[in-house]
Amino acid sequence: MFKELGRFLIAFFNQLGQASGMVRSAAVWLFKGPVEVRQTMLQTTRVGVDSVAVATLTSLFTGMVLALQAGVTMRDILSEPLYIGTIVGFSLVRELGPVLTAFVIAGRAGAAGTAEIGTMKVTEQIDALHTLGTDPIRYLVIPRIAAFVIAIPVLTLFANVSGMFGGYLVSVHSLGVSSFVYIDDIKTFIKVGDLMHGFIKSIIFAFMIAVVCCYKGLNTRGGAEGVGKATTAAVVISMVLILVMDYFLTAILQAVGI
Amino acid sequence: MIQIKNLQKNFGRKHVLTGVDLTIKDGEVTTIIGGSGTGKSTLIKCIIRLIEPNDGQILVDGKDITHIKSALELAQLRRNFGYLFQEGALFDSLSVGENVTFGLKYLTDTPKNKYAAIAKDMLALVGLKDIEKLRPSELSGGMKKRVALARVLATGPKVILYDEPTSGLDPIMSEIIDELILDLKKKLGVTSVVITHDMKSAFEISDAMVMLHEGKVKLAAPREEFKKSKNPYVKQFIEGSSQGPIKMTITK
Ligand SMILES: Nc1ncnc2c1ncn2[C@@H]1O[C@H](COP(=O)(O)OP(=O)(O)OP(=O)(O)O)[C@@H](O)[C@H]1O
Ligand SMILES: [Mg+2]
Repeated sequence: MFKELGRFLIAFFNQLGQASGMVRSAAVWLFKGPVEVRQTMLQTTRVGVDSVAVATLTSLFTGMVLALQAGVTMRDILSEPLYIGTIVGFSLVRELGPVLTAFVIAGRAGAAGTAEIGTMKVTEQIDALHTLGTDPIRYLVIPRIAAFVIAIPVLTLFANVSGMFGGYLVSVHSLGVSSFVYIDDIKTFIKVGDLMHGFIKSIIFAFMIAVVCCYKGLNTRGGAEGVGKATTAAVVISMVLILVMDYFLTAILQAVGI
Repeated sequence: MIQIKNLQKNFGRKHVLTGVDLTIKDGEVTTIIGGSGTGKSTLIKCIIRLIEPNDGQILVDGKDITHIKSALELAQLRRNFGYLFQEGALFDSLSVGENVTFGLKYLTDTPKNKYAAIAKDMLALVGLKDIEKLRPSELSGGMKKRVALARVLATGPKVILYDEPTSGLDPIMSEIIDELILDLKKKLGVTSVVITHDMKSAFEISDAMVMLHEGKVKLAAPREEFKKSKNPYVKQFIEGSSQGPIKMTITK
């Protein structure tokens, strides 16, 4: 039992070390060579376009259900659906927007990235990159990190808007809140700091997903089966890390007053 | 000149190379033969350091490259080399044309407007035409192999490592590739290391031949000497006989 835990921890820290080695060489390449602009743009549009529909749809319904729950609760406590806009807005902007968008993207673009890089690894295309004078870090990893870090905050913004719109629909049409009150509740209470809070989170999630997915892809072994395993692992690790990091980030950001 | 001394490589507990000693001379065609799984691919991957050996030494033009770590130095080393992968290893997210010209951007100063012409020329060298727009997934196995070769040739390497350049090709195409290898030697002084299972082609193109067996060099000699060798391993392999010191079993 302890032995297994120990082995797990060793493997964990080993991989953590290797992944940070990857980040370090990404930083080195970033300073040394020109960035692969074309690859970066390609990946960014792919991540964005791939996930925009799922991200906004997920968030739309989340906003709707938030409004519904908040409305009913408020009606029970205060006998009136008050502050629905504030509740929906806060939850989305600070928490659910960044977290859900990161989830969706980890499952969509993250998985696709690991599968693609993993396939390249097992078919020696990664080796071919080396023999043709470039490097997988430069050609594959940096463009993906950039793409995720650019696309995820933008998608999070879309998700926030769409979620608040979902909340609006439910508030106005089934809870009987006037549209002016709903919007005013959002405008009065949600500050730039709240937006920053969500924004910082989404950037850090984006970076983390990209690193995990690229790392897992580059370390794929053993044919098609290995690609499947790497992809599943990348998505599961990303999702767990999103939740774990979300807690600590919230704590840190609150401590510094954002 | 590439000098390999007591080279060893194991993957986990599996000892693949157990002490390879070999010298590859400039401007010559050296072929490597040996049973499946004896470590031929592993050996040439060590030479361009796609694999880091566990022990021994590799000197390229006198420079020890066995344990180079820095990405920049490795890139420098690989600059002079071309490597034809056993399965081609074409980038399947790019078109054939983009595959062929891929290395130009990193290894040469060729202006972009010449790429199309270079792709065409290189594909013509390997007997292919009008396929620049296709994806690798749309090609036959033999075509993939030849596109991969075109990709290697495009950057003009001084040393080319071929991992079974003619496997999967028809006899006529194999002959054309053999002639191409000899042409590169004669016209450009390219050094070639060729892994092959095709004895006829090996005898045609080689200056020197090497037989690898169980992770060691059984015999390395100039072609004629190699042909006449009395070494029972070499003889059995050349003759393709199932009787002899090399035991290959089919495990059920
Ligand atoms: N990355 C790796 N991890 C583990 N084992 C490996 C790896 N690469 C090669 N091997 C093992 O090393 C041995 C030699 O492999 P190698 O590809 O060098 O053989 P080969 O001589 O090229 O064979 P073939 O003629 O079939 O191509 C094989 O038994 C193979 O299983
Ligand atoms: Mg091989």
